[in-house]
Amino acid sequence: MTAAVQARRVTRMRPRAKVAAGILGLFLVCAAIGPLLYPYDSVATSVADRLLPPGSALSEGGLAPLGTDQLGRDVLAQVLDGARVSLLVALATVLIGGFAGLVLGMLAGYFRGLTDTVISRIGDIQLAFPSILLAILLAGVLGPSVLNVIIALAVTRWVIFARVVRGSALETRDREFVDSARVLGVGHLRIMWRYIFPACVQPLLVAATVQIGLTMVAEAALSFLGLGVPVDQASWGATIANGRDYLSSAWWIAAVPGLALTIVVVCVGILGDELRKVTDPSERERA
Amino acid sequence: MNQRSEEPVLRTADLVAGYQVRRGLLGRRAEVAAVAGVNLTVREGETVCLVGESGCGKSTLARSVVGLLRPRSGTVLVAGKDTAKLDRAGRLELRKNVQMVFQDPFASLNPRMTAGELIAEGWRVHPGLVAESDRQAEVARLLAQVGLNPKHAGRYPHQFSGGQRQRISIARALAVRPRLIICDEAVSALDVSIQAQILALLAQLQEELGIAYLFITHDLGVVRQIADRVAVMHLGQIVETGTAEEIYQQPRHPYTQALLSAAPSVDDWTDDYTEGIVLQGDTPSPADPPSGCRFRTRCWLAEPRCATETPELAERGGPHLVACHFARPTVPT
Amino acid sequence: MTATEEAPLLTVSGLNVAIEGAAGTVQPVRDVSFTLAQGDSLAIVGESGSGKSMTSLAVLGLLPEQATVRAEDLRFDGAELTGLADPDWQQLRGEQLAMIFQDPLSALNPALTVGYQIAEMFRRHRGWGRSRARQAAVELMAQVGIPDPAARLRDYPHQFSGGMRQRVMIAMALALEPRLLIADEPTTALDVTVQAQILRLLRQRQRDGLALVVISHDLGVVARSARRVVVMYAGTLVESGLVAEVYPAPAHPYTAGLLAASPRARGTAGSVRPIDGQPPDISALPAGCAFHPRCPIARERCTVERPKLRVVAPGRESACHFAEEVLTGEPTKRGTGAAHG
Repeated sequence: MTAAVQARRVTRMRPRAKVAAGILGLFLVCAAIGPLLYPYDSVATSVADRLLPPGSALSEGGLAPLGTDQLGRDVLAQVLDGARVSLLVALATVLIGGFAGLVLGMLAGYFRGLTDTVISRIGDIQLAFPSILLAILLAGVLGPSVLNVIIALAVTRWVIFARVVRGSALETRDREFVDSARVLGVGHLRIMWRYIFPACVQPLLVAATVQIGLTMVAEAALSFLGLGVPVDQASWGATIANGRDYLSSAWWIAAVPGLALTIVVVCVGILGDELRKVTDPSERERA
Repeated sequence: MNQRSEEPVLRTADLVAGYQVRRGLLGRRAEVAAVAGVNLTVREGETVCLVGESGCGKSTLARSVVGLLRPRSGTVLVAGKDTAKLDRAGRLELRKNVQMVFQDPFASLNPRMTAGELIAEGWRVHPGLVAESDRQAEVARLLAQVGLNPKHAGRYPHQFSGGQRQRISIARALAVRPRLIICDEAVSALDVSIQAQILALLAQLQEELGIAYLFITHDLGVVRQIADRVAVMHLGQIVETGTAEEIYQQPRHPYTQALLSAAPSVDDWTDDYTEGIVLQGDTPSPADPPSGCRFRTRCWLAEPRCATETPELAERGGPHLVACHFARPTVPT
Repeated sequence: MTATEEAPLLTVSGLNVAIEGAAGTVQPVRDVSFTLAQGDSLAIVGESGSGKSMTSLAVLGLLPEQATVRAEDLRFDGAELTGLADPDWQQLRGEQLAMIFQDPLSALNPALTVGYQIAEMFRRHRGWGRSRARQAAVELMAQVGIPDPAARLRDYPHQFSGGMRQRVMIAMALALEPRLLIADEPTTALDVTVQAQILRLLRQRQRDGLALVVISHDLGVVARSARRVVVMYAGTLVESGLVAEVYPAPAHPYTAGLLAASPRARGTAGSVRPIDGQPPDISALPAGCAFHPRCPIARERCTVERPKLRVVAPGRESACHFAEEVLTGEPTKRGTGAAHG
């Protein structure tokens, strides 16, 4: 695929997808340079400024546009700062878990037989074990760090991707056009890449968009238990978990990062849908 | 038929092939012999039609010949070589020699590859066939050869009609310069006017390139159009085989007679059209075929002997092979 | 032929179907007219995209909402069909006119036994009790040739073979003794030997007084199942007449082409001749006669003026500027038609 074709595809996106891409881009920019834009320390506590509602003046004269939490930390600063960790963890987890799931799922679905049995049984065993418990176990062993959270979450997520991909691969491998490739003598690798993989992309993307949201929540749960991101780093999950006890008195602590999380998940969903359309030639024609 | 000394391009000997089905809730696996001992020969440059109804095993036979299915017993010889005993190079050679065109032109082409990519794919596997620099020109030539616009190499399958897609499938098969193309119901999904186009194209290609066809179909009208020789298949076995002339003029197996009689023809409006033979009931399941002659449950000639004694495919006093105890030359109704 | 002079059972006049789509409006059926007498049989013949199925669905009021149906006259047994309310349609479709489709499996409820589904027809439309309805279902299944009907009553659709399923569909369609049966490709999914059985069954019913509309792409099936035929191409009627008159001497080059392209399993051999080109895209029809790009006798006039369906001989209609030539000349002649003059 040449760059020119790719570029044409991007400009052909529908307005809805362009808006979604813009919003996601904004979040990524905030995640990258947020602290430069908004000079408040997300982890600096101030007992005097506890639980201030959005728009309140701070004791030292500043403004808290989105309020403060129970330790007087600025919520906007936490959301901006947390975006970095949350997006990184979610994207990295889904990428790593998704890739592992893709490869294993395709192997299982395409080759069937013993390969399938081994991969599927491992997946089943793992699914029978609550994934958050497994993540806790792994995070506990590995210790709290962003990398370890990603590893722990990716290990719990690959099964979901693998199952989805395996289903598509199983269905596609028996299609006539795959038979035609086999009759031609096309090798397994190329069949998997040119024939099976494209059929798996769509379900994989659907699973990925759902998983990005769930991973952010799971990261929050780990952070809440003290097994996630270290306390000196903000994350949306940690902030939401933190605000849960104050929902009736200071709703903004959980609501603001929650809203950010929702927006990201919805935008990822729209983009995923668009991506599916762009990768399917017959859909592309219709657009 | 003139006898040729060279090795036939395809020969199967006592080929048995099938698939597994699960029976009942406990999933006891049962083997269905969809192909139950078939001897079939296709010589260089000829068209052999394999005719039968659904479930007769004709597609299973095709799949085991091209290597999509491993035969359970018996042999498949392509150009004299046993396909079960090939090394990697030999298997590639087999792929080159035998190609296949499938039934459904909407399912047999990868929707994500352009016509050009589809046609050129064979040269990735067999790089020696066409030099890298000549491939674009060769794609254009093949497109023109099958009657498509060479400028359309960049189009995707969904931008073509059913008949045009089937032409792409044929070009894709031709690209590796096969000696035998297996057409599995290759025109059944097409409209009549387009079907005739594809049949004409196949005939023309055979004339130009000397390709042999194993043409698998249920349509006796199509068979009559293109066949040099015909093999009639019923429940995994060939019940009658001969030249097209012999089969159409003097069918000797009751099943062949019934098939010919049942096939609707555009001439059936005439006053002298009579119903002929209409068989009762359905074909028995290939998982549980009748004993003896497998056709006896629907046959009007059946006698007790048919239940116990399996009729062999033999000449039985006529010009061609037939597997019926009571075979006799009969003029079709 | 007698009995064709009385008021027709089905009248279709100036039928148009338009479908709104993303790429604009397409007209899969344009200005289609035909009639069917009580107890007569008619075949609608055409290739995919010709509008033949769409026509029958429009007659039965079964088109989806995006489709607009307009007709000068659409009449069944003297009663107007356009603008009929849903409950009236349901009444009519069950008791007066019935339809069977190519794929009987999709038309049967997989979760209910076949016996229940047939008996349901009697219970709902006739208000019969359970045992009486079941008894009638058994009789009906026997009539359409399902062996051992009393036992098979309790089977589910998937337990039947394709041919038996189509028999079940026919049994359901005929349950309430309708006067008109529309069969859309009734045997396309079936094996040849089973097809012969189904065609025989339909023919017997038709002889007993059922009016039959058969929709098919197969000229052989039409030859066996209908007395009259209308040929459709790109949404319009191009020819109509008695099968016994159209087949030996077609009056439209497309009909002639179809006949020449149909392989014959029996009768006179001789090679089939294809029709050149591809069927047109109904959203971008050629100007003039829609068939002219594929027509062997097309001339200047055909590219600009759309031919109207007109009477070319007693009981024969054709939509070709040069119908007389096709009719009298060598029917499958190919060439430029230079003989005209």
